[in-house]
Amino acid sequence: MTDTKVLDANSVVKSFKEEFKTKIKESKIEKRSAGIKKIEYYHIWMKIDRSIFKKSIKHLCGIQFPHLAVVSGNDLGKTIELIYHFSLNHGHKNKVVSLNISVEIPKSNPTIETICDYIPGALVTEREKQEMLGVIVKGIPDSRRLFLPNDFPKNVYPWRRDEKGLDKMIRNLHEVKK
Amino acid sequence: MKTQKTTKATYQVPVGPIHPALKEPVMFEFEIDGERIVDVDVSLGHVHRSVEWASRRRNSVQVLYLAERICGICSYCHPIAFARAVENAVGIEVPDRGEYLRIIHGELERMCSHMLWAGVAAHEVGFDSVLFLTWQMREKLLDLTEYLTGNRITKGITMIGGVRRDITKDMFPKIFETLNFFKDNFEKLRHVFLDDKTFKLRCQGAGILTYEDALKLCAVGPTTRASGVKKDVRVDQPYFAYSDLDIDYITPDALTGEINGDVYDRIIQRLLEVKQSIDIMEQTIDKMPSGEIVAEPKIPKLLSTLKKAEGEGIGLHEAPRGEVIHYVKLEAGSDNPYTWKVRAPTYNNILPWIPMLKGEQIADIPIVAASTDPCMSCTNRVTIVDKEKKYMLNKEQLHRKSVEKTRRMMK
Repeated sequence: MTDTKVLDANSVVKSFKEEFKTKIKESKIEKRSAGIKKIEYYHIWMKIDRSIFKKSIKHLCGIQFPHLAVVSGNDLGKTIELIYHFSLNHGHKNKVVSLNISVEIPKSNPTIETICDYIPGALVTEREKQEMLGVIVKGIPDSRRLFLPNDFPKNVYPWRRDEKGLDKMIRNLHEVKK
Repeated sequence: MKTQKTTKATYQVPVGPIHPALKEPVMFEFEIDGERIVDVDVSLGHVHRSVEWASRRRNSVQVLYLAERICGICSYCHPIAFARAVENAVGIEVPDRGEYLRIIHGELERMCSHMLWAGVAAHEVGFDSVLFLTWQMREKLLDLTEYLTGNRITKGITMIGGVRRDITKDMFPKIFETLNFFKDNFEKLRHVFLDDKTFKLRCQGAGILTYEDALKLCAVGPTTRASGVKKDVRVDQPYFAYSDLDIDYITPDALTGEINGDVYDRIIQRLLEVKQSIDIMEQTIDKMPSGEIVAEPKIPKLLSTLKKAEGEGIGLHEAPRGEVIHYVKLEAGSDNPYTWKVRAPTYNNILPWIPMLKGEQIADIPIVAASTDPCMSCTNRVTIVDKEKKYMLNKEQLHRKSVEKTRRMMK
């Protein structure tokens, strides 16, 4: 596990495209450089179809066991976007590539598969997504709330921007049942 | 709440929300068999202040100051990670000198934080004279922070596209004076922590995190490096100007030749990192180029650029406790960021607590919990629920238990 091969950004994207073809909706490699020597580093942004989500994580673990930083989320109106922030090539100086895999799920059926079976460290962030965005993570080993207290009202999700968001609750705090 | 099965032999000990180790609340529920910990459950959220939600009513420059107030010890790493995320989203190039200055503040914060942690760790095993020694040394760093930024804790130094204050040549002697003080006293510090019988007794073989667990649970920072996993944002990806300097991953085997992943290794790891920080600061001052310190000095102009910008970006930084990552999404026509996600290093170091604490004794809870340097909490009381009987241990009693264990082992 210590000696992993260095993967460059292009080959990661290529490998995903060969495996999943059109299911990779969009991919972009963001090139940045730092310092006086202007050494380059890469952030990959990839939008994938929900149907291949679990397979793509399996594929990623097959290439190299990644580091999962966190899962962040956006409320985009009709859909919820989840972005999985991975990074690859740890242990190689200046070679780490950030890989951001984004998947959109409809609000009418906000479910996504768990990735805890591949990456056990994802549990904390998956629990947070459940309570903050109202996403249902199928097969999560522990579905309790993480940050919100147990008496926090059900069906209110702080990161949402629609009627399930916090705005209404904050205006009518006196109505919130203890 | 998890349903708990209590067999005859075991009982449960809730620790927290006011916690044994540090100054912020977290709650542990321990399943105890005699003195031994069989299972651990961690619950969080006692200080969740909806910072991300609060950012919806602030523009990006105001968010910098909000980010600064997420944590008192990491008051530099959050605004800098936010600034980097915005810079990546918009495509702002930071001037070279700005990048070098950012390194100096980052390393100064790391030294402050590690010295504070060293004192807390000594206190947890009942060695309070070392607490006073390390915190007295840390005072020098706080003085330097005040000299460079104008404040001891909330530095207010970060700006999107650079930093707010320059470090001029006439300020260098004071920096070197502080660094030399640490170089002169480093041997003393190493001797106190690594040769002392008390520390060896309590820390060697305690709270072990294996290489596999550290990797699978995505641990970050000194916690993961002490288990031999090479993850350090400063070396991983070129950012600021770290790629211009001569730095490499540090793991405890540099000193001892082996990696055990125990509390003792985490002490070695942080001491080595203090030494590395001194070296990095010297290199930075040596190589510092001249030029601008911020990309756009006029705030209204910067804000209007940000208002027009659209895009998303991530900002990473190696905070004293490990990788901090912020995600920012900007929407054209809005002053405020559309989404802002903060991920502090302790977030990833929560799950590793479970394998660390399993199999340890009650008296080891403070030092093992403190060994990841959680940015969270301190015990004021512990409730011990023994079937029908319920009694409490306050902070002093738990601390005394820990001190007694040290005494017992020294006999």
